[in-house]
Amino acid sequence: MHKPRTLYEKLINSHTVCELDNKGHVLLYIDRQVLNEYTSPQAFSGLRDANRKLWRPNTSLAVVDHVNSTEPQRVSVGPEEGGALQVNYFAKNCEDFGIELFDILDSRQGIEHVVAPEQGFILPGMSVAAGDSHTTTYGALGAFGFGIGTSEIEHLLATQTLIYKKLKTMRVTVNGALGLSITSKDVVMELIRKIGAAGATGYAIEFCGSTIEAMSVEARMTICNMAVEAGARGAYMAPDDVVYNYLKDKPRAPKGELWEQALNKWQALYTDKDAVFDKEVTIDAASIEPMITWGTSPDQASVISGVVPNPRDDIDLAKRKSTTRALQYMGLQAGIPIKGISITHAFIGSCTNARIEDLRQVAEVVKGKKIAQGVRGMIVPGSSEVRAQAQVEGLADIFIDAGFEWRQSGCSMCLAMNDDVLSPGDRCASSTNRNFEGRQGAGVRTHLMSPAMVAAAAIKGHLCDVRDLGIN
Amino acid sequence: MDAFNIEAGKIAPFMAANIDTDVIMPKQFLKGIDRKGLDKGLFFDQRFLLSGEPNPEFVLNKPQWQGAKFLAVGPNFGCGSSREHAVWGLKQLGIRALIGTTFAGIFYDNCQRNGLLVIELDEKSMSELGDKVASGEINDIEIDLPNQNIKLPQNAKINFELDPMRKEALMQGLDAIGSTLQRAEAIKSFEKKHLLDNPWLA
Repeated sequence: MHKPRTLYEKLINSHTVCELDNKGHVLLYIDRQVLNEYTSPQAFSGLRDANRKLWRPNTSLAVVDHVNSTEPQRVSVGPEEGGALQVNYFAKNCEDFGIELFDILDSRQGIEHVVAPEQGFILPGMSVAAGDSHTTTYGALGAFGFGIGTSEIEHLLATQTLIYKKLKTMRVTVNGALGLSITSKDVVMELIRKIGAAGATGYAIEFCGSTIEAMSVEARMTICNMAVEAGARGAYMAPDDVVYNYLKDKPRAPKGELWEQALNKWQALYTDKDAVFDKEVTIDAASIEPMITWGTSPDQASVISGVVPNPRDDIDLAKRKSTTRALQYMGLQAGIPIKGISITHAFIGSCTNARIEDLRQVAEVVKGKKIAQGVRGMIVPGSSEVRAQAQVEGLADIFIDAGFEWRQSGCSMCLAMNDDVLSPGDRCASSTNRNFEGRQGAGVRTHLMSPAMVAAAAIKGHLCDVRDLGIN
Repeated sequence: MDAFNIEAGKIAPFMAANIDTDVIMPKQFLKGIDRKGLDKGLFFDQRFLLSGEPNPEFVLNKPQWQGAKFLAVGPNFGCGSSREHAVWGLKQLGIRALIGTTFAGIFYDNCQRNGLLVIELDEKSMSELGDKVASGEINDIEIDLPNQNIKLPQNAKINFELDPMRKEALMQGLDAIGSTLQRAEAIKSFEKKHLLDNPWLA
């Protein structure tokens, strides 16, 4: 009998070319990589300088997403000089090295982590790496994805491998039914609040439990995506029929006999009974309420019914300092209710929450309503295909009628690398993943929450509980 | 990659928790296609005032810590975005090592790839060191990578752990791609079997 193994061990072992030492370092084979225009240029330059070739060009998919404009009228380059430079160099690299590129004008363009699953480019059991920390998203499909830096991209392109140190394992079990209007975003935000921004540093997280099983693939992606905000260098879920049904008709999923063969192989992708994790965390779904951040780290979060915390209540000195600094940056007073804090902007977008299901939830909240005076609302679909789908379903009309800007796809104001940048002092309700200082622009104050909660805040003009809007 | 053996210099305190890579290297410095000029962007929003003048309150602008070669940092340093620009910027400003308790995974690997030494200490040692650096009691240190210790004033020293593989790569300034390509045959044979077993991956 084999020792019971976690799915993480199975995924890593099945991709291990060889062990490199007795400290857990292995040479890890990577099945697929996704490239973007902003973290790849220096990797390609490195390859050019050393006269190196790509090991296997057809394992890469390149997508422009970080620097492109999201103005409704599409243009083929970046909105300003730096962006244009990156977009043009990216196109040249893809052409010279033989990589498939979805450029800005491609109908399949979008945020890499929305596009790759949507195209069936990522499959269960795969190892995936990309120059973007949210590559953990692919764990929702039963693949193992993780972010890497530019030097590692170069290494990967040249060798199809990475020098990888095996992680510790954490199992997060979520059981029970979620309340009305509570989403997977609230689940992952509750996890981050609970274990902290470094709570999973050095770990890969396996998510399981009845709550996860009941979720769609898109909802699961939100969880795996944001697990990196707790420090996880990988987050995954055992694939099931929900995943297979999602993938079956995707353009690049295997077809016919090959699909059957793959499906058969994927049945082994689960954690063995009695396998041991280094850490266990449990969350009761019924106890989860709409979550919202008040600070400048994703773990500085509260339920919407809470108050802005008082630094004096932090026993730990370092924590007290962080809270003090966060409140200062956020322009918030300790003790005030979070509900009622006025906003200037509402942003729906990002690889965390801009898929079609997210947009449907937003439409449900804003249908027949108008966004509050003084609030600028922006909706940036996760991909151009999501945008097209939302138009077919009539969601776009609902958004426009409510007063939202209905924009083209890209990373946009999740990190504000393109021209979608806010001004100092602006306060934004945001469906994104990071509330860091300066993330959406220098001096901008970001509150993270679910798309439905952003929609509710946009309508009310202040942070509020989506359930108070009386939508079923 | 620069090799690291024994380095001596000034250490500055940067003890806030969760310093993310957006803070280390803000977005406006990410738009190049090379690695140049990133020293300017390092901690930009904190290091410079809106007028463009250096912020006198920022730690690396204070006379006692200008030109620091090492940073004593708080937990989870380098969290957030994978941007390697953060590490390139640190290197370009002359930072050779970071000492802290925990570092974000991608950031840690990025440091390793660029010859920026990352030393992980336990919470107690780190908190003592951080306090002494902040108070000015400790200003200059020497990091001895071959012997894995940090030499402090008055003959005090702190030993640290590091995986031998990482240590060797840092000391020799190895080109990781070159080393891995020496295993090209092993990769090829793994790949052949892997694609036979999983033909939909081909």
